[in-house]
Amino acid sequence: METTLAYSLPTDERALAARARSGDLEAFGQLVSRYMQRAYYAALGLVGSHDDALDLSQEAFARAFRARHSLDPERPFYTWLYTILRRLCFNFLRDRKTRARKLEEAAGWLTDQARTRASVYDPARAAEITELRVLVATAIERLPDREREVLVLKEFEGLRYREIAELLGIPIGTVMSRLYAARRELAASLVEGHNE
Amino acid sequence: MMGALDGELGEADLAELQRLLEENPSLQAEWKRLQEVKEVTSTMALRSPPEEVWETYWTSVYHRFERGVGWVLLSLGAIVSLSYGLWKAAENIIADVTIPGIVKLAILVAIVGAVILFVSVAREKWFVYRSDPYKDIQR
Repeated sequence: METTLAYSLPTDERALAARARSGDLEAFGQLVSRYMQRAYYAALGLVGSHDDALDLSQEAFARAFRARHSLDPERPFYTWLYTILRRLCFNFLRDRKTRARKLEEAAGWLTDQARTRASVYDPARAAEITELRVLVATAIERLPDREREVLVLKEFEGLRYREIAELLGIPIGTVMSRLYAARRELAASLVEGHNE
Repeated sequence: MMGALDGELGEADLAELQRLLEENPSLQAEWKRLQEVKEVTSTMALRSPPEEVWETYWTSVYHRFERGVGWVLLSLGAIVSLSYGLWKAAENIIADVTIPGIVKLAILVAIVGAVILFVSVAREKWFVYRSDPYKDIQR
């Protein structure tokens, strides 16, 4: 997954954003191609299903184009897009009728592709982690939305605290406190798992 | 502890954390639990969609623009046509001498009421949107 730093502005992005702002669909299309994967994965981390993540991330781009007059070419495009995307995702989560559906899909959006990475150094520990991963994935689904959001940005998008803070428009201290709250919940789920 | 787990802590802060951990067994226990969480989450990743998704992504976004424009045009056309139809119907009813005056008056009053309601709601929405300081705040 390609990750562009939220606070660094690629040289040609300013020009693309300016053209997109004036209604140039081709320029906007290039911005979509550049950020579609990142937007999709961000939505996936928030809503937890492929179809919904695809729909919401595409809708975010469509709304972004409609709201292009508020796009500031001097600011990173993705930061602006993300405010639209997360609002869509949170509204979607709020409106989702039953939590049962959410739990039904638990862990379906996460993959253990990194299992091989763990097994390289310690096969026994890798097997243990495989079991723990199921507990953690379920616990991630149960986290409050804002805590899960920060955890996903940190763990799965690999952003640094400063980048997360900028993306969400919150202080770094809040990023860390949300991350701590999230990890404490996950730790509790592991303790429960160990006790069973 | 978060900074230490994520490698975002300086040497001095790390040393301070180490000192606190040595002094406080309960903090040390929590640290170990958090380390285990970090170990597990670092072996997880978001599931990748099929490659075809990226090939058709932009087209799907573009179709949304088209549909958006289509809906706006359809809505505008429907509102204008419907308004014209209602106006003509009202004209015919008013011109029809076989319909009692009280019914004509009632229809006229209903139309005026509908227009007032429409304008009122539209105006309120517009003013609220323009002056709402929280419109961009996530509820």
